[in-house]
Amino acid sequence: MSETRDTWHRPPFIANPILRWAVYLGAIVYFGWVAFTLPIDWNRVVEGIERAGRIFGGAFPPSFARSGLLIDGFLESLKIAVLATAGGVVLSIPIAFMAARNIAPLPIFYLGRSLIIVARSFHPVIVAIIFVKAVGFGPFAGVLTLIVYSIGFVAKMLAERIEEIDFGQVEAMRAAGAPYFSTLIYAIFPQIMPRQIGLTIYQLDSNLRASAVVGIVGAGGIGATLANAFGRYDYDFALAITIVIVAVILLSEGVSGMIRKRIQ
Amino acid sequence: MSSISEQFGRDEWSRHTPKQKFRRWGTMAACAAVIAWALGSIEVVWPWVWGAPAQMGDLFGRMYPPDATNLGVILKVLWDTVNIATFATAFAVILSLPVAYLAAQNTTPNRATLWIGRLILVTSRSVNTIIWALLFVAIFGPGVVAGIVAIMFRSVGFIGKLLGEAIEEIDKRPVEALEATGASRFKVIVYAIVPQVMPTFWAVSILRWDINLRESTVLGLVGAGGIGIILQGAIDTFNWPEAATVLLAILALVILGEIISAFLRRRIL
Amino acid sequence: MLKITDLVKRYGGGDPVLKNLDLTIEGESVVSIIGSSGAGKSTLLRCINRLVEPTSGSVELNGVELTRLRGRSLRAARRKIGMVFQGFNLVDRLTVMENVQSGRLGYISTWAAVTRRYPKEDIRRAYELMERVGIAHYANTRADQLSGGERQRVGVVRALMQGPDILLADEPTASLDPKTSEQIMGLLRDLAGELKLPVLINIHNVAEAKEYTDRIVGMRYGRIIFDDKPAALDQTAMDEIYSGSPHADRSEPMREAS
Repeated sequence: MSETRDTWHRPPFIANPILRWAVYLGAIVYFGWVAFTLPIDWNRVVEGIERAGRIFGGAFPPSFARSGLLIDGFLESLKIAVLATAGGVVLSIPIAFMAARNIAPLPIFYLGRSLIIVARSFHPVIVAIIFVKAVGFGPFAGVLTLIVYSIGFVAKMLAERIEEIDFGQVEAMRAAGAPYFSTLIYAIFPQIMPRQIGLTIYQLDSNLRASAVVGIVGAGGIGATLANAFGRYDYDFALAITIVIVAVILLSEGVSGMIRKRIQ
Repeated sequence: MSSISEQFGRDEWSRHTPKQKFRRWGTMAACAAVIAWALGSIEVVWPWVWGAPAQMGDLFGRMYPPDATNLGVILKVLWDTVNIATFATAFAVILSLPVAYLAAQNTTPNRATLWIGRLILVTSRSVNTIIWALLFVAIFGPGVVAGIVAIMFRSVGFIGKLLGEAIEEIDKRPVEALEATGASRFKVIVYAIVPQVMPTFWAVSILRWDINLRESTVLGLVGAGGIGIILQGAIDTFNWPEAATVLLAILALVILGEIISAFLRRRIL
Repeated sequence: MLKITDLVKRYGGGDPVLKNLDLTIEGESVVSIIGSSGAGKSTLLRCINRLVEPTSGSVELNGVELTRLRGRSLRAARRKIGMVFQGFNLVDRLTVMENVQSGRLGYISTWAAVTRRYPKEDIRRAYELMERVGIAHYANTRADQLSGGERQRVGVVRALMQGPDILLADEPTASLDPKTSEQIMGLLRDLAGELKLPVLINIHNVAEAKEYTDRIVGMRYGRIIFDDKPAALDQTAMDEIYSGSPHADRSEPMREAS
């Protein structure tokens, strides 16, 4: 034991040294290069610091003077969220069946999956401006937007649930000679209903959050009120709206979590 | 000879007890009432609603075929969009570490710091990226700085919350063992807590990068940089073929981002 | 020398788990503590290095009173007390070497700890000890890749790296199969002899206690009711240690102690 080693190095995270240094170097070059080439006007940023002071000065104390406008905006957001959830959940059921590998024939499966991917890939705000252009300003564009948004999430989760169902139950129904829709109602719906109800409540909560944002590009609800307040430099009213949005979101998150816990 | 039905004498069955039935119908009625209220009072011009499918068809008709003449500029700005997402995620990850430390019950120094940590998380999480962007565009003016800062402010809450939960769920026994060796608080954190939360740390960072990629595509609509500015420009000038190209580019970017993050997750975890 | 005098530990407002307990361990003996679950064995061990805060009484190690130390001086005292755990308590995602070196955390600088640049003599010592217990070839392996017996060897080496004045082992073999468990007990006994180290072992297995230790302390519900050579542990003593219910014993007035 006279020649015991007295050096030790921790085995590196990436064993191949060439790849390791390539990754390190790549990261350094990327961040360095991008940091220098990003179109940033530093004077403008420095000016911003004092402007921030002015904005926050103007925002305090928050003004609840126009609480009528605030409440109307919120009720509209709530209506948008409710209708979009109802529409989205109903539409997501057929789309989920289309996108379930174990039920749909291959061409329909691809169609269902593409619908879900497109609905998921576009941020609701992008969907919103397109709907605003197509159907005009106002809450209807908001409802359409959030229906698309709901389909992206609910149909995806539901399709995954349908792919996991126990097919033995379906076979049992078929063996008993049940017609197609009875099979659907007795063998498949009971297996997906609990998930669907949980998803619906979760989506209502998500839609309420999102409805605050789509208004910023003209799709109705509290977001429109907020964007107007910002546009008119009413920072005290904007802060009041933001505070209420945060409070409502926390409340809805709490309620939705509570209901989902009680159901499951 | 009596038949089975005479013997047992019951020919009615229902799945739910009257109370259960009442609750089920009550819940359904309440849902229906809420939907009816929303439908009845929402300020919608109904003729527009009936015209919507035609309008949508018209819009998509005008988008086809997509016009790729400006593809060079679009790809350049798309690259800026990726950079906004990546930089903002990197900064947010760094900032969220101390916040997670404060917001986890088993590492926070005292109750006051716990509440400070939680307050930061809640504020950051409840305000949407777009709303943060409105604020920072007002402060820093239009441009990528506002976008990066907005995404960063939103991401700190997301990463910090998940990381804080991971810290709260660690195996406490190694911590006890290292405390028993006489190691200082900081060294216990480095040796017993950090290695345990590393997998979550990477998973959450990658997940958030993926989300931020999506969010950074819309920042431009409120002036905070990225591809959204071009989209807004094309829509405002009714240049629908170009808008279609931008939308396809965004779709490609988001799908690519999802593939990359799935790959990284598999490699790292 | 470890000298425990009049030690009391009470959780919350309940009956005390340790009742006016006295125990002295001198020289390099291997001492086992036996007793049924809930007798307070684990609490006693944790009161020594203050992972559990004693309610009153004194714990003195080589002339240093441990119960009143705080902060830096408590950490300095803990360095001198090695501890081996039932669940090994290794950091699974670190390599064996990092786990072993974590026994030196009280000694090395924060910078060295973070960058894993351990002092040469620590690395040499680690290889020597790992060689001794047969895990040197695992230095770069992650701790969660090892078997139970190997993991406990890492735990033992980690404790020895501290250069301790005493080794505490809390049920070191309870999570191991019988054969591995014998190996670990043998190892603890041999290391105690080689390193001239007193070892205090909590153990369930009376046969192992008799075979591998020089002295057996029997605890029953917070009190020491047996303290002698293994040969003196006869059936009567065993019955006394393992009988009775905690409730009956605790509600009894503390007459034996007084």
